[in-house]
Amino acid sequence: MNQAGIEAVYRAESRRVLATLIRLLRDFDLAEEAMHEAFAAAAVQWPRGGTPKNPRAWLVSAGRFKGIDRLRRRARFEAIEPELAMQIEADAEAVSEVDDDSIPDDRLRLIFTCCHPTLAPDAQVALTLREVCGLTTEEIARAFLVPTPTVAQRIVRAKAKIREARIPYMVPPPRELPERLDAVLRVIYLVFNEGYSATSGDSVTRGELSAEAIRLGRLVVALLPEPEAMGLLALMLLHESRRATRMSPDGEIVLLPDQDRSLWDRGQIAEGCALVATARAANRPGPYVLQAAIAAAHASARSPEETDWMAVARLYAELLQVEPSPIVALNHAAAVSIQAGPNAGLELVDRIVESGDIPDYYLLHSARADMLRRLGRFPEAESAYARAFELARQEPERRFLARRLAEIRGILGGPT
Amino acid sequence: MKYLCLVYCEASTLEGLSPEDKRNLDRDSLAYDRELERSGHFIAADALKSVNEAATVRVRDGRMSVADGPFAETKEQLGGFILVEARDMNEAIRLAAGIPLARLGAIEVRPIHVIEA
Repeated sequence: MNQAGIEAVYRAESRRVLATLIRLLRDFDLAEEAMHEAFAAAAVQWPRGGTPKNPRAWLVSAGRFKGIDRLRRRARFEAIEPELAMQIEADAEAVSEVDDDSIPDDRLRLIFTCCHPTLAPDAQVALTLREVCGLTTEEIARAFLVPTPTVAQRIVRAKAKIREARIPYMVPPPRELPERLDAVLRVIYLVFNEGYSATSGDSVTRGELSAEAIRLGRLVVALLPEPEAMGLLALMLLHESRRATRMSPDGEIVLLPDQDRSLWDRGQIAEGCALVATARAANRPGPYVLQAAIAAAHASARSPEETDWMAVARLYAELLQVEPSPIVALNHAAAVSIQAGPNAGLELVDRIVESGDIPDYYLLHSARADMLRRLGRFPEAESAYARAFELARQEPERRFLARRLAEIRGILGGPT
Repeated sequence: MKYLCLVYCEASTLEGLSPEDKRNLDRDSLAYDRELERSGHFIAADALKSVNEAATVRVRDGRMSVADGPFAETKEQLGGFILVEARDMNEAIRLAAGIPLARLGAIEVRPIHVIEA
């Protein structure tokens, strides 16, 4: 095998090898160094002696020995507890052959450890992207528009916390699973959204971030086929299917009804809808399943008019029960306004305005403006659009609102 | 990616070491270079002589001037460097943490900027 071959093995296997080495060596940094040395040894030995039958097992086994060797040396130089080194050695040697069946579990262990609730959300995201997905510090920094040293620090601190708090390297027991899985899914969705809201930063790297989140989602579904994990994967696929149509070539926002549906990715839609169907078979669907079901209702309509708004409004009402939030309430109101008319929608929106939960959320004001416009209440619509424009931060959103404002002012005959 | 690990230390810290500690430090530093070589991270490393041996050169309007001493007057002085090859900043930081002088001074880890030709 040549250098290119070894690099291909690195891309395919390094995350699995690392996950297992962290279990065997009980330390992120030691495992990373051990893995590095194992690949370095492979680069020397494989071209000469041939590629082993099971490269992953070879790398884990080589990495384990390198790690133990390093621990022995370190125990001589530093104040590392000799018992710890001996314990790890005994443990590692007890596993005489690398148990291939435990490797999927190791990846799941790694995900749960990186998304452990004692770590700050920023740290969970950075650690997951680096250790589970194999992104470099620099890539994570670029994707999140954060300086590299900031990301580096988050990762260093997270690892120190895992060590000091003795966070166990394991898949949580069934009674903790729903809550812990929720934390994992939240991290994945955060990564996805960071990549999906392509309003700032380099859109290419951002797109890769979404692809990374979908890959992670697939991994979790494959290892732990829980309905909510399927729901999240479906939700991401259904959003992603529309990526190409969300922006016009000159960077303007294109709203759902105006998107060119012939450009939506049919493969992703089919996969997303199938996942929704499977996940909904479970009783009491959770928030991801419900959001995915809503996205599926939009994705399966061939035109905006064919959208089953009754179903969408019902799903939002259901989502509001499971996850009460003013944002969900706003979406519910928007669906109702289409299904039952702008008056019914406005009534719900005004209730959100009165609650005072999200007074500065520009979409609240732009949704309200839209309903007022449809009701022909133009002066009120104008001031609501103006308020929304004032609050919107992203340029494409501001341009969109400026256009709407100009239209209304045209109708009112005032200055534009 | 290449990273330059700049090793800073106060002169007085090093002067205060016993001859035995100094020998151990030198031995450990060389041993760490070998370790980095074995693991494939090593590109180059060297220790620097005292800033008393330094000269600072400038050219202005075609005229050269030389001053004795270091360019920056700080308590912590540049005492050596290790140039490493690492996958990313966090790997470079891990390698820097292994430098024996990190326990006495500080290591500044600087990514190498490749100037496009």
